[in-house]
Amino acid sequence: MPVRALVRRASSTWNSASRLGWQSISTLQTRGFCLAVLPDGVDRQSDGFTRNSEAMDDLLSQLHSHIRKVLGGGGSEAVKRNRSRDKLLPRERIDRLIDPGSSFLELSQLAGHELYEDPLPSAGIITGVGPVHGRLCMFMANDPTVKGGTYFPITVKKHLRAQEIAAKCRLPCIYLVDSGGAFLPKQAEVFPDKDNFGRIFYNQAVMSSEGIPQIALVLGSCTAGGAYIPAMADESVMVKGNGTIFLAGPPLVKAATGEEISAEDLGGATVHCKTSGVSDYFAQDELHGLALGRNIIKNFHMAAISETTAGFSNVKATVKEPLYDVKELRSIAPTDHRQAFDIRSVIARIVDGSEFDEFKKLYGTTLVTGFAKVYGQPVGIIGNNGILFNESALKGAHFIELCCQRNIPLVFLQNITGFMVGSKSEANGIAKSGAKMVMAVSCAKVPKVTIIVGGSFGAGNYAMCGRAYSPDFMFLWPNARISVMGGAQVLLHNISIFWHF
Amino acid sequence: MASMAFLFRRNIHHRSSSPFLLLRLLSQAPGKSSARPQPLAPIEKILIANRGEIACRVIRTAKRLGLRTVAVYSDADADSLHVKSADEAVRIGSAQARLSYLNGSAIVEAAIRTGVQAIHPGYGFLSESAQFAQLCNDKGINFIGPPASAIRDMGDKSASKKIMGAAGVPLVPGYHGNEQDIDFMKSEAEKIGYPILIKPTHGGGGKGMRIVHNPGDFVEALLGAKREAATSFGIDTILLEKYITRPRHIEVQIFGDKHGNILYLYERDCSVQRRHQKIIEEAPAPHVSDDFRIHLGEAAVSAAKAVNYYNAGTVEFIVDTFSDQFYFMEMNTRLQVEHPVTEMIVGQDLVEWQISVANGESLPIKQSEVPLLGHAFEARIYAENVAKGFLPATGVLHHYRPTPSASNVRVETGVEQGDTVSMHYDPMIAKLVVWGDNRTAALVKLRDSLSKFQVAGLPTNIDFLTKLANHQAFEDGNLETHFIENFKDDLFIDPANSLSVKEAHDDAEYFAALVAACICKKEHCNLQDGALGNGLHSMWYASLPFRVNHLVERLIELEWNSEHESSRSELLKISVTYLSDGGYLVETGERDSASMEVKVTYLGCHDFRIEADGMSRIVSLAVYLQDQFEHIHIWSGPKHHSFKHKIGMELFDDGSEAQHKPNFETASVSPGTVVAPMPGLVVKVLVEDGAKVEEGQPVLVLEAMKMEHVVKAPSAGYISGLHLSPGQQVPDSSVLFSIKDA
Repeated sequence: MPVRALVRRASSTWNSASRLGWQSISTLQTRGFCLAVLPDGVDRQSDGFTRNSEAMDDLLSQLHSHIRKVLGGGGSEAVKRNRSRDKLLPRERIDRLIDPGSSFLELSQLAGHELYEDPLPSAGIITGVGPVHGRLCMFMANDPTVKGGTYFPITVKKHLRAQEIAAKCRLPCIYLVDSGGAFLPKQAEVFPDKDNFGRIFYNQAVMSSEGIPQIALVLGSCTAGGAYIPAMADESVMVKGNGTIFLAGPPLVKAATGEEISAEDLGGATVHCKTSGVSDYFAQDELHGLALGRNIIKNFHMAAISETTAGFSNVKATVKEPLYDVKELRSIAPTDHRQAFDIRSVIARIVDGSEFDEFKKLYGTTLVTGFAKVYGQPVGIIGNNGILFNESALKGAHFIELCCQRNIPLVFLQNITGFMVGSKSEANGIAKSGAKMVMAVSCAKVPKVTIIVGGSFGAGNYAMCGRAYSPDFMFLWPNARISVMGGAQVLLHNISIFWHF
Repeated sequence: MASMAFLFRRNIHHRSSSPFLLLRLLSQAPGKSSARPQPLAPIEKILIANRGEIACRVIRTAKRLGLRTVAVYSDADADSLHVKSADEAVRIGSAQARLSYLNGSAIVEAAIRTGVQAIHPGYGFLSESAQFAQLCNDKGINFIGPPASAIRDMGDKSASKKIMGAAGVPLVPGYHGNEQDIDFMKSEAEKIGYPILIKPTHGGGGKGMRIVHNPGDFVEALLGAKREAATSFGIDTILLEKYITRPRHIEVQIFGDKHGNILYLYERDCSVQRRHQKIIEEAPAPHVSDDFRIHLGEAAVSAAKAVNYYNAGTVEFIVDTFSDQFYFMEMNTRLQVEHPVTEMIVGQDLVEWQISVANGESLPIKQSEVPLLGHAFEARIYAENVAKGFLPATGVLHHYRPTPSASNVRVETGVEQGDTVSMHYDPMIAKLVVWGDNRTAALVKLRDSLSKFQVAGLPTNIDFLTKLANHQAFEDGNLETHFIENFKDDLFIDPANSLSVKEAHDDAEYFAALVAACICKKEHCNLQDGALGNGLHSMWYASLPFRVNHLVERLIELEWNSEHESSRSELLKISVTYLSDGGYLVETGERDSASMEVKVTYLGCHDFRIEADGMSRIVSLAVYLQDQFEHIHIWSGPKHHSFKHKIGMELFDDGSEAQHKPNFETASVSPGTVVAPMPGLVVKVLVEDGAKVEEGQPVLVLEAMKMEHVVKAPSAGYISGLHLSPGQQVPDSSVLFSIKDA
């Protein structure tokens, strides 16, 4: 960085700071004649004027030297290590999440300054407000280069302060998680009290219930207490290779149970997106993860939350037609209900531009859930890709609740033979998982539209918003069939009843 | 449009005779036409049996003359410009030319259905099919072109040479006789004069060809050629031809009417070729004396007369630059691609002439009245990969902004932004035609116009044409058919030349820096537009993005493909710091030295004004998405660069395994083993045990829960342990089969 640039940088920072604060005043002044314009009472020739500005310049240069240190994070070694893992620094992550080239109001920038024996730049967490797709969000980003992103007491305080502002201003919270959890040597000041670590999750739960979206992007480790941040979030993204979520890391697991396992196999993106369902979106790398994050925020549909307009937006913008031929729908749905087909090929032909942001794509794959637009109206789509398993039902319930939180209308594309039966399924509590989905459907206060594109059998009909679940509209394709069970099963059922006589 | 107005204006301006229409009425001599084909019904509506720019060009003149137009199209062209330009359009078949544009009967059928009086064949496709011309005549449709007999005569290359020889048109001296005695052949060679080309009468592809410069080498070369011909083609007869060391390709535009009048509209030089196709043509040919021009023209007219020619035609000659001798090569019985350069220098609309000749009218002017005005160039803009041997390219025209037309710039095109250049047809995007008072002025205009021709989305030859037009030898008019081959070191970047490689790199880096600044500016403009819509206060999108106590520094990584190594790309890292005055401090590379302050103003419509290094310039930017990359092109003056910008979105590559995997069984089974996803009935077994399978290949079908489930191979390998048959019941999580490597 040439010296000239640094000088410019320092001086213009002050200008920019003043611009942000005083913009409203300057616009007033340029709006022409106004009686209440204040006179310029400053004597620029006075000694005081010069003295003050010199003193202030001194203070400013001190400030900037502190800021420069703080911007360097945990030092060049730690930054290099971070880069070698294909990870960005927290401020760079935020820069790529907010609208490109937009402003970011960072908070508590010098928190942790000369507080502990070791320096703790920005308290190891970057917080602040910035716009994403034109929507202001609160960001909380751990700095893994500062003490592994662990929570010191001041870190917790800064985090809670950011959450407090978010709750007051109803700003969606974006957690960029890359933290080793609480800093254990200081656990007495971090763990037990009301405004300690636990309060973070309490705030998450309360804000979520108030309809303020809570989103976690797991870009690094997320251990112990930290694991609850993505788990408590409404939606979460995990980056392959770097992101891990576990209550205890591999060393602790080995000590506790003797099991030897790698961090990725224990709690990597694959485990949590495919198997456990803890995380909802699987990212190939960090840039992909951040792009997914922006997409999630785009789908907030916040307009509906603030204005209680039953979730409908009157969009006048030109609508993109689906990319594929709608006429082909008739060739996709088989009249033989035993033939499976991918419901995405139906979705691709009914949503705007065939654009579909799929939620929990890798988990409970027999149910397809995701956000799309129909004639510009945001909708949540739930479609069947086979039998409902435990996971599929839980995923369905989660997605329905998400749409209800955001007032997004639901579209059900039914092609369902029912819930999975069998000893294993029963032992896994399919009845309860199914009930959760049925409960979510029943209580959903958003507009619901059901389209039966194939079979609609048994309790699957319930979970997928059949007639009894008050869909606002219900449509059947000519090939649709509704019954408690198929013909062959009825025969068996009758024989068994006969047997009892 | 402007270009046509230009033609029209010049028509009136430079022709001393009365306006065309008047002339047409006066020249109708009733008795004279009886010897010629019967005059057909006057043309009021024409069908253009072609596509692309030539179809558009014919339609334009037809419309000006008040004729109604019918386009024909294949399935690939349903939305193309020529279809939109015509009054009516008829689908004639599927995308392959054989089933559409070469399907004569479908085209004639379309002509009958739409009630046209005439068909204009354009160039290529059926334009030189005697059969098609005959078919039109048989159906009572006026074929706008020469008589079928002339097409037939000229279509046969050796027959045409015989006719020309008889008519006294000079042919390349040679010996084509049956006497193959070596001494006799040698004496024939002496007569022709060295250097001599020895060529087998049969075969082709350069096999058995020899060039002999000295009489001493003749016998050995002849015997060698005979041996090679015998082994390659089974026949060892040889012919001799004069070898022309530095040939020029010069052709004469001729025009005839149905009353026996034929005149020449001067010549065109089409020497600059690649893959035996012309890329830059000009008229008149440089370094040609008036005498030579008249000579050439008269030879062309006698060639045409020998076959009772009428309508537009071109007689191609090969000119020996050493001896200034010219020899007949072939005659093209159609309107050629490069006809606009002739139109520019004679101030006539040749399509208009074609139509009036087809109507049985006499030519509007006499030979002595044909003006010769200034100089014109045509550059053919192709979708092609220059670095890969000019291989045709396909793709979407994401950004297409041709040079604006003017009185001295004509752009003949058949495509629009967003169109696809498909593999079905010729990959020519446009013809850029310029005119100047003299060759120098025209060349200046050509260079300028090429630099303003913007295409992004597929590789084009524009940069190559620019280099050609800027080459000293081209400027000097030292043209010959080996031009590109001779100057390839200047026209292509030589990877061995580290100086030129470094120069190219530095240039790219500089423009990458400008691109980065433009990206930042454009994003800001987009955000401000968006911010007004969503009600967010504009301070969040200020031109200087706010940060507490520091400035925003942004890293933009652009991938650059250097021309000389098309496979390897280099990542250029550009750091952009937003400055308080709304400008940017742009730093390139790792070196601190390469930094500059850049100010950008967005002028709208892809254009930016950039102030950097104490000077201001206007650049154009085109951005489009393809293959997960943002492709960015920048044009500035004669320079053009393109970069790729990675964006943080990638396709999920895990989607293929949408098969349900219950979470509890994965740990207990060894990898490669496939277990039943649920209890079910085996419906079908699709492969045998031990069979080789690809990843994702269906292996068996299970029926459970009233649905069929296809069980697929999780990886490539060999099936092992598959002992199931249809009708068999399988319990949940039971092992179905496993996949073994080899």
